[in-house]
Amino acid sequence: MPGDIRASVEAIFREERGRLLAALVRRFGDLDMAEEVTSEAIEAALLRWPIDGVPASPGAWLMTTARRRAVDRLRRDKAYAARLALLQVEADRAAPAAPEADGGLPDERLRLFFTCAHPALPEADRGALTLRYLAGLTTVEVARAYLVPVETMAKRLVRAKKKISGARIPFRVPEPHELPSRLPGVLQAIYSIFTEGYAASAGPDLVRHDLAEEALRLGRILRRLLPAEREVAGLLALMLLTHARRDARTGPDGGLILLEDQDRSQWDRVMIDEGEPLVVTALTGGPPGPYGVQAAIAALHSTAADVTSTDWPQIVLLYDVLRSLTPSPVVDLNRAVAVAMRDGEEAGLALLDGLAGEPQLRGLHVYPAARAELLRRLGRFPEAAEAFREALGLAGSDPERLHLRQRLSEVEGH
Amino acid sequence: MKYMLLIHGSGDGCTPQEWMDYDKSVREAGIFVSGESLAEQALATSVTIGESGERVVTDGPYAEAREVLGGFYVIDVPDLDAATDWAARCPGARDGGSMVVRPVVEYA
Repeated sequence: MPGDIRASVEAIFREERGRLLAALVRRFGDLDMAEEVTSEAIEAALLRWPIDGVPASPGAWLMTTARRRAVDRLRRDKAYAARLALLQVEADRAAPAAPEADGGLPDERLRLFFTCAHPALPEADRGALTLRYLAGLTTVEVARAYLVPVETMAKRLVRAKKKISGARIPFRVPEPHELPSRLPGVLQAIYSIFTEGYAASAGPDLVRHDLAEEALRLGRILRRLLPAEREVAGLLALMLLTHARRDARTGPDGGLILLEDQDRSQWDRVMIDEGEPLVVTALTGGPPGPYGVQAAIAALHSTAADVTSTDWPQIVLLYDVLRSLTPSPVVDLNRAVAVAMRDGEEAGLALLDGLAGEPQLRGLHVYPAARAELLRRLGRFPEAAEAFREALGLAGSDPERLHLRQRLSEVEGH
Repeated sequence: MKYMLLIHGSGDGCTPQEWMDYDKSVREAGIFVSGESLAEQALATSVTIGESGERVVTDGPYAEAREVLGGFYVIDVPDLDAATDWAARCPGARDGGSMVVRPVVEYA
């Protein structure tokens, strides 16, 4: 197949796969079958399109082909057809089908977002399911994303799918009164993909751009599907403003560069310009949610020329708000670092010392690393060295380890 | 689809009236298949067949109060969300109690 056609075919599949799958799940109420006929339709397209050309409405072509395959299957298997018909009746009873947009596919992806992040599924699998079914990644790609063997990921996905069909987790958008309890799960699933890509918990790269970009893509889709939900805007803003700093986060030697030492001219202005208005949306028209507040903190960094002109008092206040919304020692830790910038290292260090022994911080390198950094700035080098060594014993990714080693040899030299 | 709602805990935190109201609402919703409230755990007896085929009958078991199976409902609803909604409305879900929702296998 000529390269340009293959590229355009692949681009279409990326966009259409999740949409197609969601529409078929909606139609047949069966994730397994929807997956199989989606793959068959795409294979058919790979055979036909290079010969016939890409159709005017690729999504509709794929949907028609997939539906035909599904109907063939149902003709072959009468018992299965009867069961599906029953499912269809029950689904229609629960919520009448949305009218199809003219010619195009109805966008049923929102249902699938809520199914993949359903509270009855293990939290650890929700991001993986979202990547597999909404972002359209293959099982191999999802396994690579989470750095687990393909076999392991395949088992997890099969187990989750079995629960979806066996316990009959529905494909539906929660009612408005249910959204406050259900939406955070969907946001968390997307954000877990982003953080996995952003600060890889292990491995040679600090940022796995492909994964962070998948999370951004999912965030943009969700934003289109739920334009009135301010926390969706907040999540997308947070991811954009964080990802805007990607090129400045590692030096030429591959080591991590801390926020205060980053070359801010390397920050991605296009992403910042997309993110900043979303922060305003997230914070307007009601009390803010945790993603909106974190996005606001990120925005204060984006607008500051450098670390000294950063509005640290405002950042500390935002951490206070965040702490009231989602209390956690990790938030306290970040707040302590901001207090150190506002009031001086001693004040920050006192707060950090108060967090010693917090069970949720145990085993995380960020705690000793933050202490070490403040001790280094205070010139307390032997203590700093000890804390850097402790952090090195815990840090996951190679760029972080490189950074900590550099700092350690620096303070040891004093 | 049928689900069994297993009610764990003493259920003592709720008034008999609350239980009766819940029972009435399950029946009036047309989803009731079956349901029973179990007598106190002190009246339980365990039976097992030993390795050499002998019958072993013992007093108990005695689980912690919040783990005791106090009763169950079997309801017929469209999906898991509907089942968990009914579980959440049950007085047994409150005051330290918990509900476990299990799909019932149907042999067609």
